[in-house]
Amino acid sequence: MKTIFAESVPGRSSGFFESTAPSAAQMLPAGLLRACPPCLPECSELDVVRHFTRLSHLNYSVDANFYPLGSCTMKYNPKFTEYAAGLPGFARLHPLLAQLGRGAAQAQGALRCLYETERLLCEITGMEAFTFQPMAGANGEFAGVSLMVAYHRAKGRKRSKMLIPDSAHGTNPASAALAGLEVVNIESREGMVAPEVLAASIAEYGDNIVGLMMTCPNTLGLMELHLPAIVAELRKIDALLYYDGANMNAILGKMRVGDVGFDVVHLNLHKTFATPHGGGGPGSGPVGVNGRLLPFLPVPRVAMGKDGGFFLDSNLPLSIGAIGPFYGSFSVVVKALAYMLRLGGEGLERVAEYAVLNANYLKKRLEDTLDIPFERPCAHEFVASAPEGLRALDIAKALLDRGFHAPTVYFPLIVRECLMAEPTETESKQTLDAYVDVLREIVEQGRKDPASLTAAPLSMPVRRLDETAAARRMALTEDM
Amino acid sequence: MSNTPPDILYSKTHEWTRLEGEEAVVGITFFAQESLGDVTYVELPQEGDSLAAGREFGSVESVKAASELVSPVSGTVIAVNASLENAPETLNTSPYGDGWIARVKLSAAPVGLMDAAAYEAHCASEKH
Amino acid sequence: MPFIPHTPQELEEMLAIVGVRHLDDLFADIPPEMRPRRFRLPKGRSEAAVCAFFEELAARNGTNITSFLGAGFYAHDIPKAVDALAGRSEFYTAYTPYQAECSQGTLQAIFEFQTAVCRLLDMDCANASVYDGGTALFEAAMMAVRATRRQTLAVDEAVNPIWRKMLATYIAGLPITLKIVPQKNGISDLRALSDAPDKECAAIIVQNPNFFGAVADYSEVFAAARAKGALGIISVYPVMQAVLKTPGEMGADVAVAEGQSLGQPLNFGGPYLGLMACKKEHIRQFPGRIAGRATDLNGKTGYVLTLQAREQHIRRAKATSNICSNQALCALRTLICLCLLGHGGLGRQAERGMHLARLAVKRLTSLKGVEPLNAAPYGNETALRFPVPAERLVSALIDRGFAPGYPVGRHYSDMENVLLLACTETNTPEQIDALAEAMGGLL
Repeated sequence: MKTIFAESVPGRSSGFFESTAPSAAQMLPAGLLRACPPCLPECSELDVVRHFTRLSHLNYSVDANFYPLGSCTMKYNPKFTEYAAGLPGFARLHPLLAQLGRGAAQAQGALRCLYETERLLCEITGMEAFTFQPMAGANGEFAGVSLMVAYHRAKGRKRSKMLIPDSAHGTNPASAALAGLEVVNIESREGMVAPEVLAASIAEYGDNIVGLMMTCPNTLGLMELHLPAIVAELRKIDALLYYDGANMNAILGKMRVGDVGFDVVHLNLHKTFATPHGGGGPGSGPVGVNGRLLPFLPVPRVAMGKDGGFFLDSNLPLSIGAIGPFYGSFSVVVKALAYMLRLGGEGLERVAEYAVLNANYLKKRLEDTLDIPFERPCAHEFVASAPEGLRALDIAKALLDRGFHAPTVYFPLIVRECLMAEPTETESKQTLDAYVDVLREIVEQGRKDPASLTAAPLSMPVRRLDETAAARRMALTEDM
Repeated sequence: MSNTPPDILYSKTHEWTRLEGEEAVVGITFFAQESLGDVTYVELPQEGDSLAAGREFGSVESVKAASELVSPVSGTVIAVNASLENAPETLNTSPYGDGWIARVKLSAAPVGLMDAAAYEAHCASEKH
Repeated sequence: MPFIPHTPQELEEMLAIVGVRHLDDLFADIPPEMRPRRFRLPKGRSEAAVCAFFEELAARNGTNITSFLGAGFYAHDIPKAVDALAGRSEFYTAYTPYQAECSQGTLQAIFEFQTAVCRLLDMDCANASVYDGGTALFEAAMMAVRATRRQTLAVDEAVNPIWRKMLATYIAGLPITLKIVPQKNGISDLRALSDAPDKECAAIIVQNPNFFGAVADYSEVFAAARAKGALGIISVYPVMQAVLKTPGEMGADVAVAEGQSLGQPLNFGGPYLGLMACKKEHIRQFPGRIAGRATDLNGKTGYVLTLQAREQHIRRAKATSNICSNQALCALRTLICLCLLGHGGLGRQAERGMHLARLAVKRLTSLKGVEPLNAAPYGNETALRFPVPAERLVSALIDRGFAPGYPVGRHYSDMENVLLLACTETNTPEQIDALAEAMGGLL
C-alpha cells in the first residue's frame, strides 16, 4: 500500500482548523522561525479515513483472530471500559489542576479512581501500596528495581548485584542494568529456580545482592515449587524479592504475592486487567510494595483526607522521585478499574481458573502434535518445541495463513524451537479445538513436504520479508 | 578455505588472531559467523583504542542476535577494517580473509589461545 | 460469568480431558499455606452499573473550568476522526507487530509516524515512541552518555522541572552528574550554556520554547557543544514546531518532545507519548522500536521491526534501553492528527495560540502591577509577574471558575509572584476578558 505521504496532493486540506490569526512571521523575529513548513501529508478527511481504514485491514487483532501470544495475555478487551475512560470528565482533565491550591477539589472523581484502584490491587496482591506512575511493564520493573536499591541505600549499603533467572523476559536484565546494577544469571533446573543454585550465587556474592527478580509462574508456564525456600535464602542476607507481574493472570485469587514473601511487584494492566495492547502500547505498569519499600515510592501519592476527600501527598522524604510526569497512564487505569468492578472478586478468581484450564486443555490436546518438554500441569501458558525436523518459525507463519495469530516463538531462549502459547480465559472451546486441528494439519503437512511450510505465509498482505536486507540498508522513513 | 585454518590461533569466545611479528590481525571465526547468521552490523573499535585480552572491544549484530567481540590479544589498535561498515556481509563470506576486524600492535605475547585442532574440539563440545 | 464463554457442559468435557475433577485442582502446585490470606473484593456489577459509577465520578471533575494551564501539557482541538480511526479494534486490540506479515497496518503506520516526526523535527531517524517527554529526555541523555563515553550532563534550568525531576530519578543509580545551568529571569542563558560543555560533558540539554515560554535559537550552544565533543539535545513543543526554527536547523543531535499535544486528550496525565528523533550517525545508540521498509520474497514492499539487536529481547542487560511496550496507539493518534491538520492546520493552531497569548499579555498587563517577566520572544505561553503571590491568586481564581496558569515559584527561587499562562485554539478572547476581570478584583 502507498504511504500517506505518497497519497498527499499539494494544496489539499481537511479544513479541520481554520483561523484568522496573524502569521508567525508577524509575531516572532525571522531568525527564530523555520525556513519552510514541515512536509506533512496534504489530504482530505476522506483520504485520511480511507488510508487508515485500509491499513487497519492489514492487521490481525484479538477482535478478529485467536491471538495466543505467550507472555502477552491477549484476552478480549471489553468495550464498556473504553466508554468509561473516554468520558469527557476524565479526558479533558489537566493533570496539573489537581496540584494547584484548591485544584484537588476539581479532580475528586479522577483521584478517587486512582485511590480505589490502589485499594483493589492491594487486596489482589497482598501488598500495602501501589504507585501508578510506571507507564508500562518494563518501566514498572525499573521503578521496582530503583525502590529495591533505595531500600538498601537507606540502610547504608551499596549493593550492586541483581539475580535474574535465565528464563526471565529480556526486560528484567535490561531494567536492572538501566538502574546501574550488574546482572547475575541464575540457571534454571528443570525449568525452575533451584534453591541450591540460588544458594551458590548467594555464597559467591553474599551481601552484595540487591535481590532476585522472579516471574511466577515462570516463562515456561510453570509454578515455581521452591518459593518458601527461595524467600528464606534471600531473607538471610536481607535481599529483596521482585515479582514480575507479566503472568499474574495465572494466580488471581489463588496466590497473593505479598502473602508469600515478595516485596515488590509490577502488574501489567494491559495484560491481566484487559486493557487493550494498542499495537504495542500504551501499557500501564503499576508497582506494588510491602511496608519495607513503601517509604521510597514515587510522589505524589493519592491520599484520603479525614473528610473523605482525596488529595495529592508529596510528603514522603525518602521517595525515589518521579518515574512519570504525573499519575501514570490514567485512562488505562480507569479501564482496568472498570474491568475489576465488573468482575468482582469472584470473577477475577474465575479468570485465573479458566485461563489455566484453557492452557492445560490446549497442552493436553497438542501432546501428540508438538514436543512438550514438561509433563507437569502448566499455569496459564505452556511451552512446546516444534517436532524434530520442523522449525517454530515455519509453523508460526503457516498459522497466519489459516487465520490464527502465532504463539510467541523462540522464547524463552532455553527451549529449543520454542512455541509458547497463552490462550487466555476469554477463548471458547470451539476456538481452541479449531486451533488444535489447524496445528495438526500444519505439522502433518510439514512432515510430508517441509518445503511447503517454509513458503508460508502465502495469503497475507506480504510474504516473508527480508529482514537482513532491511537492517543492512536502513530505510526508516520515506526520506531515507 | 578451511573452516579452521591451521596458521592462526583461536579463543574460546570464537575470535581468531594471526600473529605477524609485533602485530596481530583479529577477526571472528567461521563458527561464530555461522551461529550469528547474516551479519547486519559490526561495531568496530577505533584506531588508537587499547585492547586487553579477554575484554570486549566491539560487537557484531544479525537480525536475531548480537554478540560482543572479545579481544584475543592485548595491544593498541593500529588499523580497522572500515569496509565492514558498508559491507558487514563480508564477515559471513570471508571471516578469515576480507572480513578481518582490526590490526593490533601487541603489548604482550598472547596467552591461553588454542590451535586449530583444540578449537575444533571446543566447537564440537559447544554444539552439544 | 462475563468474558468467559464456557458452558457448564464444556467445562466438564475440558476438565475430563485435562484429567482433573475441579477447576481448583489445576492449582495443586500452590499448596494451602501459600493460598491467599484474604481476598475480599467487592461483588461484580452489571455493565450498566459500572458505567453509571464512572459517569458519576467523571462529573465530579471540574472540566468546565476556564483553563490557561499549560506547563508542557496543552488542551487542543482533536479531530473526531482521530478517535474513529485509532478506535478501530484492528489497531487497538493488536499486539506489538512481531509477526510482520499479519501486522502490516501497525508497521506501516509506525513507518509513517517516524517519517512525520522526522519532518516535523527536521531530523534523520525517529523511533516508534517512548512513554512520554520526560523518558524521551532521559533516553536521549543516555544515548549521549554511551556515544561519548562521558558522564556529565549539562541541563538548562529552564527545561521543564517535571522532566528534570524525572531525569534526576532515572540517573540516581548511575555514575552520572547533572550540571544545572541557571536561567536568568526566565530566559535561557545562551552564553552560559555555550560555556558549559567541558571534556567530561556528554550532552547539553535545552528546551524550546523553554519552560517559561521563551523562544530562542540554540545553534551557537550546539556548535559549542560539538566543538567540545558533546551532543546537543533539545526538547520541543511539537505544535509550535510547525513554525519555529527546527532542531535540525539548529544542529541538534537528538530532538525529543512530549507528543501529547498532537492528538492526545489531557486524560489527567496519560497516556501520552515521547517523540524521539536523531541524526543518522546516532542510530546505533537509539532506544526502542524502529520500523523499516523491506521487500518480501516477491519483491513487494512491506515493513518490519528493524535494528532489533539494540533491544532488550535480544541484548538483555546490554540493550540500549529496557523499553518494550511503547505508546503505539498514541503514536497512531499523533500520526492521524498530523495528517488531518497538515502543515497548514498545525501552523494555524500554533499561530492562534500565539495570537491569543499576546492578547492575554496585553489585557492582563493593563491591570495594575502586572508585567511580563521578561522581554524575550515567546510562543503561546509566557510568564507574568503579579503584585501578589501566584499561588494565592490561583487558589482564589479556581474558586471562581478559572485555572489561570501555573505558579512557577514552586520550582524557582524569587518567583513567588510569577504565573505561567498558556493559550491554545481552545481558548477565546472572551475567556481572556473574563479572566482579566476576575483577576482585577483580586489584585
